[in-house]
Amino acid sequence: MSPEKMIMMANQIASFFDSQPGNAPERIADHLRDYWEPRMRSQLAEYVQAGGAGLKPSVEEAVQHL
Amino acid sequence: MKDFIIPQFAPGDDRDMGTPARTGAPVTLTIDGFGVTVPEGTSVLRAAAQVGIMVPKLCASDNMEAFGSCRLCVVEIEGRRGTPASCTTPVAEGMVVHTQSGKIKKIRRGVMELYISDHPLDCLTCAANGDCELQDTAGQVGLRDVRYTPGQNHFDPTDTGARSQAEARLRMPVAEANPRYTPKDESNPYFTFDPSKCIVCSRCVRACEEVQGTFALTIEGRGFESKVSAGTATDDFLTSDCVSCGACIQACPTATLQEKSVIEMGTPERSILTTCAYCGVGCTFKAEMNGDELVRMVPYKHGKANRGHSCIKGRFAYGYAQHKDRILKPMIRDTIEEPWREVEWDEALAFAADRMLGLQRKYGRRSVGVITSSRCTNEETYLVQKMARAVFMNNNTDTCARVCHSPTGYGLGKTFGTSAGTQDFDSVEKSDVVMIIGANPTDGHPVFASRLKKRLREGARLIVVDPRRTDIVRSPHVEAAYHLPLRPGTNVAVVTAMAHVIVTEGLVNEAFIRERCDWDEFQYYVDFVSQDRHSPEAMEALTGVPAADLRAAARLYATGGNGAIYYGLGVTEHSQGSTTVMGIANLAMLTGNVGREGVGVNPLRGQNNVQGSCDMGSFPHELPGYRHVKLPDVREIFEKAWGVEIDPEPGLRIPNMLDAAVDGTFKGLYCQGEDILQSDPDTHHVAAGLKAMECVIVHDLFLNETANYAHVFLPGSSFLEKEGTFTNAERRINRVRRVIHPLNGYEDWEVTQLLANAMGANWHYTHASQIMDEIAATTPSFANVSFDLLEEKGSVQWPCNDDAPEGTPTMHVDHFVSGKGHFIVTEYLATDEKSGPRFPLLLTTGRILSQYNVGAQTRRTANVVWHPEDVLEIHPHDAELRGVNEGDWVRLASRAGETTLRATLTDKVAPGVVYTTFHHPATQANVVTTDFSDWATNCPEYKVTAVQVSPSNGPSDWQESYNEQAERSRRILPAAE
Ligand code: SF4
Ligand code: SF4
Ligand code: SF4
Ligand code: FES
Repeated sequence: MSPEKMIMMANQIASFFDSQPGNAPERIADHLRDYWEPRMRSQLAEYVQAGGAGLKPSVEEAVQHL
Repeated sequence: MKDFIIPQFAPGDDRDMGTPARTGAPVTLTIDGFGVTVPEGTSVLRAAAQVGIMVPKLCASDNMEAFGSCRLCVVEIEGRRGTPASCTTPVAEGMVVHTQSGKIKKIRRGVMELYISDHPLDCLTCAANGDCELQDTAGQVGLRDVRYTPGQNHFDPTDTGARSQAEARLRMPVAEANPRYTPKDESNPYFTFDPSKCIVCSRCVRACEEVQGTFALTIEGRGFESKVSAGTATDDFLTSDCVSCGACIQACPTATLQEKSVIEMGTPERSILTTCAYCGVGCTFKAEMNGDELVRMVPYKHGKANRGHSCIKGRFAYGYAQHKDRILKPMIRDTIEEPWREVEWDEALAFAADRMLGLQRKYGRRSVGVITSSRCTNEETYLVQKMARAVFMNNNTDTCARVCHSPTGYGLGKTFGTSAGTQDFDSVEKSDVVMIIGANPTDGHPVFASRLKKRLREGARLIVVDPRRTDIVRSPHVEAAYHLPLRPGTNVAVVTAMAHVIVTEGLVNEAFIRERCDWDEFQYYVDFVSQDRHSPEAMEALTGVPAADLRAAARLYATGGNGAIYYGLGVTEHSQGSTTVMGIANLAMLTGNVGREGVGVNPLRGQNNVQGSCDMGSFPHELPGYRHVKLPDVREIFEKAWGVEIDPEPGLRIPNMLDAAVDGTFKGLYCQGEDILQSDPDTHHVAAGLKAMECVIVHDLFLNETANYAHVFLPGSSFLEKEGTFTNAERRINRVRRVIHPLNGYEDWEVTQLLANAMGANWHYTHASQIMDEIAATTPSFANVSFDLLEEKGSVQWPCNDDAPEGTPTMHVDHFVSGKGHFIVTEYLATDEKSGPRFPLLLTTGRILSQYNVGAQTRRTANVVWHPEDVLEIHPHDAELRGVNEGDWVRLASRAGETTLRATLTDKVAPGVVYTTFHHPATQANVVTTDFSDWATNCPEYKVTAVQVSPSNGPSDWQESYNEQAERSRRILPAAE
C-alpha cells in the first residue's frame, strides 16, 4: 500500500487509542496484530525502521511491541 | 398487520381471519352452537373464523381495522336487536351468536345482488377467476339471480345495457359513451387498476394507510359516485405517491387491482415459501407457481420479519432472474484484453484451479483470496470462506460488509460483546421513542419503515439524525419530533453531545449501569463526556445542529419511555464509523435501553444476507461465529472438522487485497456475487488492483463491472434456484427454497464445491442442509440450527443452542453477552476529508426505494421506470451560485476523480451538501469517492467526500474510456462446435 495511506491508517488507529485509558502503544499493537495482515505489519515496521516520518509517536512505540 | 394468535389450522394456513387479532383477557361465547374463547376485543367475525366458521365478508380483512361498510357479515345475537355486522361487533362473555338464519341469508343475498348489479358478468375471462372474493362470496350467500335491469353503472363502456364487458364490445366495438366508466389504468409496470370492477369496499385505501403507511389512495365522491382514486385528478398510479408495495392488490377482493403477471400467466396453482433476496429485512414470500413458472411473489402473512407485508423489490422486481443478460455458460480467457470463450464446466474449473494453484506456487500461499457474497446463502458463504481457509490455507477472505457494516461488528463487539442488532422487528411495536441515525428506512428497509410508521401513528415519538431531510422526517401522519440535520462527518460529535446532556442533566439510569456495566469504565466515561467541550452548545458550530434541538432530542430519548435506536450506513461509512457505533451503544447503556422489547440498538443491514455473511466467518480475522483466528481453541475446532491446519494470522481485507495487488503480492481472487468495481470506493484504485491480478474468477448472474477484469466467469444461480438460508438484520435465519431449477445447472454452493474439488479439496456435500449441519457443529451460536428445525419453526433468531433452543428474539436480557457492558470514550476527530476552496461541497451517497445496491438486479426489471439514472441532489442556493438548473448535466469532481450526471434542485439537502445514489454503472459515483476509511475496520468513508460541482455538457473522459473498455471486455466468442 502507498506509504501515505499506511501512515494515515496507522495514525487513525493511534488517534483512537491515544484517547482511551490504558497503554496506547500496547493497545495499538494489539489492534495491528488482530486486524493487519502480516505483510502490512512488516511494511509498517520497515517504515518505522527507516525513520517513520509522519507517524504518531504512539505508532512508532507500538511497532516495538509487534 | 400482525396476526398475534395463529389459529390451530394446519401449518402454513394463511386464511383471512377477517379482523386483526387482539391480546385482551379471555372471553367465552357460543357461535352456531360451538363454544369459543378469544381475547377481549376480538370481533365476532374473527371468533367465528377461529372455530372454522367463515362468515361471508367483503370489506374486512385481518390486516386492517374493521370498517363495517358492506354488511355481508351480519349475524344475529341472542338478546340483541337487529342484525349487527360481525366485523365491528366485539365479543362479550356468554354471547350467543347465529351466523345463519332466513333473515340473515336474505340480507346477504340482497347486498350481494346490489353489488353484482354494478359488476360485469365476465367471470370466465377475468384475471381473478378462481381467486376472487366477490365470486366466492356470491357463491357462499347463494346468489342465483340479479333482478335489477341494467341501468346506471360503472362497467359498461357503451352504456347499451350490456351485462358484461364482452357483451358491450359486441354491441358497440369502439364507442365509449358511459360517463361513469373509467378505463383501466395500466401505468404501473406491475399491476393494473380497473375501476369498472371496483366494489368500493375501500380495503385498498385502508391497506395503503394502515399497512403501508403511504396514504396514496382516497375514495372520491359520495354514494353511487364514489370511486377509488390515486393522487389528484390528473394522476395515474405511476405519477401518484404510490410506492408499489402491493398491499392494496393483496387487499382487493376483486380483479380491480391485479398483478400484470397474473393477467398474462393465469392464476397460480401452488406456492413455495421462500425469502426475499434484496434487503436485510428478510421478508418471507410465497412464490406462487403454475407448473415451473413463477406467476407472482406474495408476502407471507406469518413471515416473522414482514408479517404479511412487502415492498416493490421483493414483491415485483424478481424478473432479473430470467433476464436475457444472465450468463449460463462458464467462460474463460487468458487475458482481459481477449474476448470471452464459452467452455464446458470441466474446462473452466480446471483452468481456474490450475491458475490459482500456480499463483500460490509462484507467489506464495497468501497471494490469493476470496470475496464472499452477502447476497448468497449462509451455506454458500460458509463454503467460500472455507475455501480460503482450508484450500488456499490462508485467511484472505472478506465480504461486502467491509464496505457497509464492518464498524457495527467492531463497535457492538467491543461494547455489548456481540456483532448484531439486539431486537426483533416486532420490538418496534413496543417502542415509545425511536431514534433513527444515518438510515433511510422508507427507501432502504421499506417493510420495517411501514411497521415503524404504524407505531409512530399510534403515538411513538421520532428523532431523526441525518444530513438530509429523509422521507420519514415528514410523511403523511408522521412527523419527527426532532430532525437533527448534522453536517456530514460529525456523527461522533452529535452522539457524544447527546450523552453529555444525558449525563450532565442527571438522566442516567444508574441502577441499570450498576447492575449491567463495568462501573470503572463508566466513571471514566462520565468524566470524559461531562466536559464542557462536548456540550451541544460547544459542538453547534461544528455539527450545524442547533443546541436546543439536540438537548431536547437527548432528553426525549432518555426520558420518553422505551427508547430504540435504528441506524444505517450513515453511521458506519465514515472514518469514525466504529466510534459512532460505540457512541450509540453508550447512549443505550446510559439510559438502560437494552435487554427488553421496545428498546435496543439495531443496525439496519443493507443486503439480504449481510448479517449471515459476517456470521459465517467471511472476515479475514474471524472464523464463523466471530471468533478470532488467533485463538488456538477455535482454530482447533475447525482444524478437526476440516482436517487442515489453519493460519493463525489475520488475512487481507478487500481494500488491503487491492493495495497488495497493486504492490504485486496479491495475484488471484475468487469473487462470488459481488461487484467490487462498482460498489467499492475509488474506482480507479479498484480497477488498478484488479488489473494487476493474474487470475480473477467472477461467480455471478451477470457480466458485472468487476468481470471486465476477470479471467474466469462462473455462472451463478438466483435465489429462486437454490436451497439454503439467509439471516436478516434481526439475526433471523430464514429458509430460501428452490422454486425453479438452476438455469446454469448448479446451485452456487455446488459451483464452489466443484472449484474447491478441482483444487483437490475432496468435499462431498449433496445438499445445502449438510453445510448447515457443519455450521451448527462448529459454531456455538448456531448449535441447534438445522433445516428440520427451520421447517418446524419457520425461522429462528441466533443464538439458537441449548441455552436458547427456540432462538433469541431479544439479546442481552439479563446480562450482556460479554458479561458487563463496556462504556468506551468517543473522542470526535474531524475527518481529513474536508471541504476547501477547490472542493467546497460535501458529497454524501445513499439509495432509493426502487433500486438496490449496484442495481445489477433492479436495473434489469421494470423498476427503472422510477429511477432511470442516478441524479445529484443539490440545494437551490448552491445550484444558483454555479449556474446549474434543474435537469442540467453537471460535472462532479473530487480529488479521486470526476464523473457527470444530471442535477436536481431540492432543499432536502442543506446548503453545502450534495447527494447521489450509485445504482447505475454509467454514473460511476464511486469514481469520486476516496480511499479514506474507518480507522478500525477500513470501511470506506462513502458518506463524506469533498467535491465541486460545475455545469457540464456530457460524459467525462473517464466515463467514455470506461465504457469503451467495458464494451471491449464483454465480447463473447461462442463455444467451438
Ligand atoms: S401499491 Fe402500496 S403504496 Fe401503492 S397504492 Fe397500493 S398500498 Fe398504496
Ligand atoms: S379497488 Fe379493490 S379493494 Fe379497492 S375499493 Fe375497489 S374493490 Fe375494494
Ligand atoms: S427488499 Fe426488503 S423490505 Fe422489500 S420485500 Fe425484500 S426483504 Fe422485504
Ligand atoms: S365485512 Fe363486515 S361489514 Fe363488510
